[in-house]
Amino acid sequence: MTTPVKDPKAPVQKPREGLLKRLTRHQLFIPLAALALLVLFNLIADPSFFMVTMKENSLGNPVLSGNIISVLDNASELVILAIGMTLVTASSGGQDISVGAAMAIAGSVILRLVCGGQVSADTMAMPLILAVLAGVVVSALFGAFNGALVAYFKIQPMVATLILFTAGRSIAAWINNNQLPIMNDLSFKYAGTFLPGIPVPTPIFITAAVILFFWLALKFTNLGLYTQSVGINASSSRLNGLDPKLIKLLTYVILGVCVAIAGFVRVSRSGSINYSRIAENIEMDAILAVALGGNALGGGKFNIYGSIVGAYVIQFLTTTLYKYEVPSTALPAYKAVVVILLVVLSAPVVQEKLANLKRAPVKAAKEVS
Amino acid sequence: MKKVLCLLLALSMVLALVACGNDNKQNDYTKQPDNSQQTPGDTQQPDNNKPAELITVGVINNDPNESGYRTANDAAMRAMFTEENGYKATFYNNNDAAQQIAEAQQMVQNEVDFLLLSPASTTGWDTVLKDAQAAGTQVILFDRMLEADESMYVAAVVSDMPAEGKTAVDWLAAQGLSEYNIIHIQGHMGSDAQLGRTGALDEKVAAEASWNYVTQQTADWDEATARTIVQSVIDSGKPFNVIYAENNGMARGAVAALDAAGITHGKDGDVIVMGFDSDKWAFEAVLEGSWNYMGLCNPLQAETVDQIIKDLVAGNAPAQKIIYTPEQGFDCNTLTQADVDTYGT
Repeated sequence: MTTPVKDPKAPVQKPREGLLKRLTRHQLFIPLAALALLVLFNLIADPSFFMVTMKENSLGNPVLSGNIISVLDNASELVILAIGMTLVTASSGGQDISVGAAMAIAGSVILRLVCGGQVSADTMAMPLILAVLAGVVVSALFGAFNGALVAYFKIQPMVATLILFTAGRSIAAWINNNQLPIMNDLSFKYAGTFLPGIPVPTPIFITAAVILFFWLALKFTNLGLYTQSVGINASSSRLNGLDPKLIKLLTYVILGVCVAIAGFVRVSRSGSINYSRIAENIEMDAILAVALGGNALGGGKFNIYGSIVGAYVIQFLTTTLYKYEVPSTALPAYKAVVVILLVVLSAPVVQEKLANLKRAPVKAAKEVS
Repeated sequence: MKKVLCLLLALSMVLALVACGNDNKQNDYTKQPDNSQQTPGDTQQPDNNKPAELITVGVINNDPNESGYRTANDAAMRAMFTEENGYKATFYNNNDAAQQIAEAQQMVQNEVDFLLLSPASTTGWDTVLKDAQAAGTQVILFDRMLEADESMYVAAVVSDMPAEGKTAVDWLAAQGLSEYNIIHIQGHMGSDAQLGRTGALDEKVAAEASWNYVTQQTADWDEATARTIVQSVIDSGKPFNVIYAENNGMARGAVAALDAAGITHGKDGDVIVMGFDSDKWAFEAVLEGSWNYMGLCNPLQAETVDQIIKDLVAGNAPAQKIIYTPEQGFDCNTLTQADVDTYGT
């Protein structure tokens, strides 16, 4: 593909091959190149895509508006999920397919608590922070359930999480007695829309906080190292004094917490929930983000930043397709094409071929571009 | 020690799951509007030594969590077909037609007197309908139609979706805008409701030069997707003055996007907002002028179905095969609190 040309950092003369190779070999190369391609496409097709304007929303607050803001805003839930999904993938070599259903559960718990069991409420029945904490606890428990099945009963992650995938939305409905509760209190929607006086959508801040948290956690704790070593070789990490089961369980609990935060953002966007539609198929996008990030779905080495960029790529693509009025029924097909391209490009066999091509004289390199 | 702890944890979660499953069946509908505090309880199998006067019915419906409309529809059916009302009922909910068909087959084998059907898809029911006829089970369709010869069922109590669409489009035409730039948010493609509501609008847009689609997209009944679609139109800067959303949830998502961009809507607003179904909160949105129009899709067919069954048992065939539930459109200028209380669910 055309990737080498697109990279502005590609040096002109002598050190070309070494640097290029290093660049293309870097795990973040594929997702960043995909992002760059999308940006480039939009720049050429219609630069107004990147226009950001200041508007006033119906409450009289100044708010930023534009495609870029929409991408950053709408990708929030996916980014948060992708981080948790990366850890789960790395430690257990499998994916949690129940995150969408679990988001429905977390959202349902939060709404049930703030509405005080009413179908429709104008004020919050309890402090929001407590309701969110309850959602986090419930979601972490379900994460622990998944994790226990995977770590202690050695069930394939996809099969283990299939249970919650199937039952989750019914549980979410049961939590609210099958009603669809509505929260009309404006302050409930702050987390999903805008804080008064702040023009940037709140989900962007929440996502930034989550990313910052994991950056710190990976930098200052052994979370990353332990997760990785368990994923690479559970028995040898056991011989080195780690408890692989506990670490697998822990990653599922962490994903559970991520799910609760994502679920909270999603329900506070509108103050309501629809159990069978909320976050439908988001698990597939989350797994896709992990794959786009260049992470091996079989576990082991991982890079959460790759997954984060992957999640933004998916949302960028979706927003671009909306802009060009691709029917939303056709969206999955377009996504599939992109996925096939990226996954094939990042496959080791192809990478090796590409590397060989680059080693060859300039002529070959030209052909690649 | 840790292993034991973990085992316990896992077990308790499994138990919680099982408990949820049961509670789900028992409790879901206790909050329903009327008399039926006694939920259908253990409805799985018709009892053999039942009192002779109980009529056995099998009810196959879609997933009650699908939408507010479906929640109301399912609740009304469960409230109607109870032992107090003279029925021994078995309920089954699924959005997957294949599962529905398998369950219907089972009900026919159990020789229920009546099979009440809201099919998830319009095709694939021929075998079941034939078996039912052979077994002497009478089939009544409610809420949704299926493709079969009229002789295969005794009655159908359904919403007239094309009429709903036509009512809405006629109302919109009566607003007398000089130009109609419409954001059309469609429901699940191929569903009865989507086809009817889209059909009328498509026809009008094709016929009138001043009617244009700014965009026509499906949001699959999903609020969040609808919000994204409207957001992307706003971001693109194209002018629009009508949002035609094929259900209330999607209209709500669209309004969220308008609010975020500070675009006025509803009565005296820049954008006309239209929704469908019967949710009480949507009625309230129309009442307070935040929306302009809501096309009522009446989810309460249970009473009519009950009447048909009682007539059939008494030996009277229904006067007409297909009975359309009474429906109408509501306008923000004429809607009253009384309407909200009568029709809101």
